[in-house]
Amino acid sequence: MDTASWIIKALIIVGVFAVTLLIATYSTLAERKIAGFMQDRLGPDRAGPFGVFQPLADAVKMFFKEDFIPAQANKWLFIAGPCLSMLTALMTSAVIPFGDTIRYEEQTIAVQGVELNVGILYVFGIVSLGVYGLMIGGWASNNKFSLLGAVRAASQNISYEIALGLSIIAIIMSAGSLSLRDIVNQQHGFAWNIFYQPVGFIIFVTCAFAECNRTPFDLPECETELVGGYHTEYSSMKLGFYLFSEYINMFISSLVVSTLYLGGFNYPGMDWVYAKLTALAGDTTGHNLATLIGFLALFFKGLFGVFFFMWVRWTVPRFRFDQLMDLGWKALFPLAILNIFFTGAGEMLGYHGFTWIIVGIMTILAATNAVKAPPRKMYPADV
Amino acid sequence: MEKMHLPSDFLPIFIQLGLALGFIITTMLVTHSIGPKRNSKLKDEAFECGIPAEGDARTPISVKYFLIAILFVLFDVEVIFMYPWAVNFKSLGWAGFVEMLLFMGLLLAGFYYVIRKGVLKWE
Repeated sequence: MDTASWIIKALIIVGVFAVTLLIATYSTLAERKIAGFMQDRLGPDRAGPFGVFQPLADAVKMFFKEDFIPAQANKWLFIAGPCLSMLTALMTSAVIPFGDTIRYEEQTIAVQGVELNVGILYVFGIVSLGVYGLMIGGWASNNKFSLLGAVRAASQNISYEIALGLSIIAIIMSAGSLSLRDIVNQQHGFAWNIFYQPVGFIIFVTCAFAECNRTPFDLPECETELVGGYHTEYSSMKLGFYLFSEYINMFISSLVVSTLYLGGFNYPGMDWVYAKLTALAGDTTGHNLATLIGFLALFFKGLFGVFFFMWVRWTVPRFRFDQLMDLGWKALFPLAILNIFFTGAGEMLGYHGFTWIIVGIMTILAATNAVKAPPRKMYPADV
Repeated sequence: MEKMHLPSDFLPIFIQLGLALGFIITTMLVTHSIGPKRNSKLKDEAFECGIPAEGDARTPISVKYFLIAILFVLFDVEVIFMYPWAVNFKSLGWAGFVEMLLFMGLLLAGFYYVIRKGVLKWE
């Protein structure tokens, strides 16, 4: 590669970095606005029109708060905890294919930080490192609540990582590649993986919720039992890093879900749009415009994913810890293995959507259970 | 289309790492320098809902968590074994599929043993 393409590459990385941070900042506002909407109240509306400056105000406040380190804590590990959390959250975005390619002076450059042939493994590896941030921070605080929160976070994350890894395997089997770009390109148009891998999609999304420590899996920061969980002792921007990394993780995992299951930058009718644009604006400009539309499509999917995270937060109550572990180990893990089996059999026999059989069996089981269940008592009785 | 992948492909990851580290270190330095600093003996204690703290948090915790961690190491290694198989799944054909079924059968047998032993039982 020559200098110009290196500069474009660096610009893409910096741009992706900036966009990730911006989205994470404004997710905090979106979360409070959506919470307000769902609970029939306004949410923040004082700082600027519709509260658009609220995240800036929060950031300034975070910076000017006292940076408190307890006397008993291990000072360096206490600082390293949130930094590590933030670092792992920021590193993942490098391999996500944000768009097709940009044409610039006879060159074609992919809109992606790094085009790795092991992209999904890289994401998986960095996500597994995330647990260290929580564990180190919680342990170094030398506070019983923090320690319990950290231990819970660690055991929850590692439990759901197994099902996460297994659900990805079904995708790799049908794609035959570990590269995220290859996986996206195979979902050209409307041939999204969710139509062939419905079970894998559900497992992956559930595990993504658990990995991000979001409701209904936010037991590490369960305030009724553990005060603040692993970040009980944190204040100032170190607390900010923990909260911020959660929002970045939400956005990135929405992007990964979109890339793996929802077609990434593909959208229905993209060939028609591409043909029209190249006819209207010439080959190079038309191609770049089509790439831009694809980028916006992925972006829209990612933002919808973030909204979905928040929607679920105000809809589903928190699990109990044993229920959480049972779901991860006794339900999702065997289900993921079953999914691999059906995907493999389907690919061998030449049927792509073989995993719909699992959905069918599950639906029948649920229906028979619902029929057999004793009638629910209603209070008051006449309703 | 066969593409060569060189170690230099990973260079942009280091750009991203540098960017992330720079952001984190700058933020940490700024927040450490501009906040107020007020210390007292009571304030520096670990927070335990206002009750005087008993000992510290370097206490033994439930062995269940340790067992979960051990199980994770075991099962995650099995999952990693499946990745190269999944990439070459189509070229391996029926033979590869049956072999992996055998492997997964052994895995599930171990999993069944773990459940019957009550390792995943929480009370």
